[in-house]
Amino acid sequence: MEEKIQKVPAGESQMPKVAPAKTSESPSKPEKRAFILSSSPHIQAEEDVAKIMRAVVYALLPTAVFGIYFFGWRALVMMLVGIAAAVLTEALLNLVQKKPQTISDGSAVVTGLLLVLTLPPSLPYWMIIVGAFVAIFIGKQLFGGLGYNIFNPALLGRAFLQASFPIPMTTWTMPRTIDAITTATPLGSFKFEKTLTPYLNLFMGNVGGCVGETSALAIIIGGLFLLYKKYADWRIPVSYLTTVAIFGSLFWLINPAKYPDPIFHLFSGGLMLGAFFMATDMVTTPVTPKGSWIFGIGAGIILVIIRLFGGLPEGVMYSILLMNAFTPLINRYTRPKFFGEAKHV
Amino acid sequence: MVKAKTPLYREFTKGLWRENPILRMVLGTCPTLAVTTTAINGISMGLAVLFTLVMSSLIISLVRKQIPNEVRIATFIVIIATFVTVADRTIAAFWPAVSKSLGPFVPLIVVNCIVLARQEAFASKNPVGRSVLDALGMSVGFTLVLLILASIREIIGSGTWFGMQIMPPTYTSWMVMVLPPGAFLMLGMLIAFSNWLNAKLEK
Repeated sequence: MEEKIQKVPAGESQMPKVAPAKTSESPSKPEKRAFILSSSPHIQAEEDVAKIMRAVVYALLPTAVFGIYFFGWRALVMMLVGIAAAVLTEALLNLVQKKPQTISDGSAVVTGLLLVLTLPPSLPYWMIIVGAFVAIFIGKQLFGGLGYNIFNPALLGRAFLQASFPIPMTTWTMPRTIDAITTATPLGSFKFEKTLTPYLNLFMGNVGGCVGETSALAIIIGGLFLLYKKYADWRIPVSYLTTVAIFGSLFWLINPAKYPDPIFHLFSGGLMLGAFFMATDMVTTPVTPKGSWIFGIGAGIILVIIRLFGGLPEGVMYSILLMNAFTPLINRYTRPKFFGEAKHV
Repeated sequence: MVKAKTPLYREFTKGLWRENPILRMVLGTCPTLAVTTTAINGISMGLAVLFTLVMSSLIISLVRKQIPNEVRIATFIVIIATFVTVADRTIAAFWPAVSKSLGPFVPLIVVNCIVLARQEAFASKNPVGRSVLDALGMSVGFTLVLLILASIREIIGSGTWFGMQIMPPTYTSWMVMVLPPGAFLMLGMLIAFSNWLNAKLEK
C-alpha cells in the first residue's frame, strides 16, 4: 500500500477522492515536475516483514536443533506439523475472507515454530494442529491480521491448549531417552519436591521441559543474533531478566530454603525463550523505549509472583500475555511529546 | 407508542431473530456465559426466564396505568422478584440437582437485563396481549440461543449432550469449553455467525 501512495502524483494525493480530475491531461504530466510531493515515509529501509521473519527463523534454528537433539526426531515432526498447520490456516482464512494472501510474509511460519517450541515433546500431533489453528485464527486473523493482534498469537495458542488439555500439556519426558520416560520440569520439581537441578544441565538444556525452552545456551545465541540485527528491542529482555533476577533474589535472601536462587530463576522454564522471542514481538509490545522498560519490569514481577506463589510452577506465558493486554495503555502513557507541546495536566 | 400497526405475530417473532436479546442486543450475558456448561443447565435457565418474563409482563401490562412514573422501576423489580422466587423455589422442590448446578443464577434473574428491559421498553407501554407475545418471543429467543451455546459447549467440552455420551470414548474433552474462556469465545463466534448470516439474508 505504501508503494501505491508514493506513486500517486502530487496534485492527486492531496485532493479528496470526490473531486474529479480537473483536466484530462493532468495524469500524464507529473513526470515533468521538478519536485515530487508524497506523503511519508520518504526513506524506506531494506527491511520488510518477510526479511525480519526470516531472521527470526534463523535465530530460532539453534533452539530448534537443540530441541531435536534432546527430544528426538519427533520434535522435528512436531515443528513441521506446527508450521504447516499455521501456514495452512492463514492461507485458508485469507481465502475465505477474500483477503490478499499473506502467507509469504513468513509470520505464520514463525508463529507455528514458536508455538511448537513452547509445547511438551510428547503432545499428540492433532493438539498441535488445534493450537496452531487457534493461534492464527483467534490470535491473529480475527483481529485483522498481522500488526493488529493484541496478544502474541503463539502464546495465545499455547494458552488455549493449556486450558483445553491440562494433562497432556503438563506431561514431560526425559531428554535423550528413546521410550519417553516421564519426568518433571526443573521448576516443577522445585515447586513440588524442593529439589534443585544442576546449573550446567539447566544451561545446556539437558532437562525436562518444552521442546525449545530447555537450552538457555541455544536461545541466548539466537537471541543475541536478533539483538545484533536490531530486530528485537534489547530493553525488553534486559529489563525482563533483570527484574526476575532482582525480585527473585529478594525472596531468596529472605528465605533461601523456601525460594529458589536467581540463577535458577533465570535459566529454568521458558524464561529465556519468552524474554528473547515472545516478549520482543514487535506487534504486541510497546513501541516507546520507556514503554519497553515498563513492559519488561511488569512481566518480570508477574512471573516471579506466579512462580513463587501461584498454583502453576511456570508463568512466563501468562506474564507476557498479561503485559500484552497492557501494551496499548503503556503506549498511550509513554507517548513522547511533540516539539513545543504544552504539558498536559 | 406502537399503535396496532405491527401485526401481532411480529411481536412474537422479533425476539427470535431480529431483536434477539443475546445475539442482537447482547443483554443478559451474565447467565448466558455462566450457566451454559451443559445443555440441561442452559434449557432450565431459559425456561426459568421464560416463566418470569411472561408472568411479569402480563402483570405489569395489566397495571401499567396505575404505576406512578417515579417509582416504576422499583415496582417492576418487586413484581419480577415475586415470580423469580416462585420459579426458584419450584425448581428447588422438583429438580434439586438442576437447582444446585444453576446455583445463584436463578435468584439473579431478578436483575436480568432482558426481563427489566422488556418491562421498561414494552410491557409498561403496550396492551396485555402484545406484552405477553413480546415476552414469549424474547424468552423463546433467549432459550434457543442458550440451548445452542450450551449444546456446543457440552459436546466439545465434555463429549456429552443432555448427559448422554455422544462422542466416541477415545474423545479427549476440550476442557476450555466448560471454563469461562470457552463461554466468551463461543458467544463471540455465535454473534459473529449471526451477524454474517444476517448480512447474507438482507442482501
